[in-house]
Amino acid sequence: MKTDRLRSGRQDAADAAIMRFDNVGLRYGQGTEVLQDISLALAPGSFHFLTGDSGAGKSSLLSLMCLARRPTRGRIEMFGIDATRMSHTMLPRVRRRIGVVFQDFRLLDHLTTLDNVALPLRVAGVRESEIARHVPELLHWVGLGDSLKIKPPFLSGGEKQRIAIARAVINRPDLLLADEPTGNVDDRIAQRLMHLFIELNRLGTTVVIATHNEPLIRRFGFPRLHLRDGGVECLDSETWPDPAEMPP
Amino acid sequence: MIFRRRADLPFDHDAAAAFLPAMIAMMVFLAALALSGALVLDNLLTRWNRDIKGTLTVQVIPSDSNPRSKVTAQRVEKTIRILEETPGVIRARALTATELTALIEPWLGDTDLIADLPLPLLIDVVISDTRPPDLAQLSAHLKAEVKGASVDDHRVWLFRVIRLADGLEMLAKAVMTMVTLAAAIAVVFATRAGMAIHRQSIEILHLVGARDGYIARQYALRALFLGTEGAAIGFGIAAPILLGLGSMAKTLEGGLLAEVGLSPSHWAILGMVPVVATLLAMAAAFLTVLKTLSRML
Repeated sequence: MKTDRLRSGRQDAADAAIMRFDNVGLRYGQGTEVLQDISLALAPGSFHFLTGDSGAGKSSLLSLMCLARRPTRGRIEMFGIDATRMSHTMLPRVRRRIGVVFQDFRLLDHLTTLDNVALPLRVAGVRESEIARHVPELLHWVGLGDSLKIKPPFLSGGEKQRIAIARAVINRPDLLLADEPTGNVDDRIAQRLMHLFIELNRLGTTVVIATHNEPLIRRFGFPRLHLRDGGVECLDSETWPDPAEMPP
Repeated sequence: MIFRRRADLPFDHDAAAAFLPAMIAMMVFLAALALSGALVLDNLLTRWNRDIKGTLTVQVIPSDSNPRSKVTAQRVEKTIRILEETPGVIRARALTATELTALIEPWLGDTDLIADLPLPLLIDVVISDTRPPDLAQLSAHLKAEVKGASVDDHRVWLFRVIRLADGLEMLAKAVMTMVTLAAAIAVVFATRAGMAIHRQSIEILHLVGARDGYIARQYALRALFLGTEGAAIGFGIAAPILLGLGSMAKTLEGGLLAEVGLSPSHWAILGMVPVVATLLAMAAAFLTVLKTLSRML
């Protein structure tokens, strides 16, 4: 069994980690473990890229991070709370502190762009007057100011992706998880979105972005969590693998 | 659909709930009919019970058409003795000749002729309200023991009718209970089917931090709208039918069926059927969603 102990940031920051995985394993049904002995700790306010080959388990790891699944074994701690033993009633409170951008967007097709983005605010009981003020503002910022009343089926992949991102960041989460958030947008929009993530990170949001986009990773130079053979290792910019060895 | 509002779940594409208004309409229709039957029967039973409650009349045919003969007096004495020994009988007293005459006077007038008539002798019997005697059994017993003695036939018949009506009222209430259960089960299954269809949307709501109660309220509101629609249709069909039946019953104008129609207070109770059906649908949907979600992460 592979055991990679990860420490991001200083030791004291790691002790007060916003997210901590201890020997976490995940398997689907009776299959083999897709994640093995994952141990990591993310300091508050850190920014990481999550990388790995296709099928390495990036989406599985993100699903554990956003509490969409419980691990088969091991312990996950989120914001100082044991997530593996967290009660059903406690989950929503913790999930509201996490923003997630899914690779397949997971938008509600019957809702307008505005309503999709407003969803985290509505479930948190935010007043409609505040929603009417903040949501259009953010949608204008991500270039969807003219699409407030349009429903996702009538939008392009890139536009859907920006809705998903806006939904993930609208309530200023403590932790932002994004699965290939720049996969369907052009370079200009990708840069703009990355600056949005960085701005959120500066305001204190811990960010984890799963991506295959090597130029993007190298351009911004944040440390990466690299999944390999079911385990994870942390690489800073000096220890990054040669791009030629990375998957396309 | 009567009401429209923004829902976070795509209910408009929910085929599982499409049949719910029709189902609730049928349930409300049946419940309204069953309840109106129970109310009318209850009304009749109250009146009939009032009529037979507390007292009973036993008549003794005079021997040789002579109310004053010794044999007739013996028959009356024996009848009173049997009555007093019967459980449920509190007191039995033969009406005096003067009292009998007073009963006939309104029809024949104040005439000496009454005294010559071979009138049956009447025994006024006070019976227990709570544990009345079995009138059919008492009637048979008196017939066997005393020649010419019989319990007032009309009351015996009425007593049997009351027992039948009691049974029918219970049946009507049983039908209402079954209809209520069937409606609740239909809502539960429609809600579960809807949740299976919208599982992915529910997961999204969960992941953005929605509590189970938030999702359950959406299903409850949906059930409220569909239930209101179905209940209005069901009651809208039942009401004219009940009004028609009431009008038909009024034309009978018989002594027994004079109160067979629905009173305003009955209509007020019947008006609660669609309200209760809608609230039941809401509660069933809400609790079903909560229970199902408690098993999800």
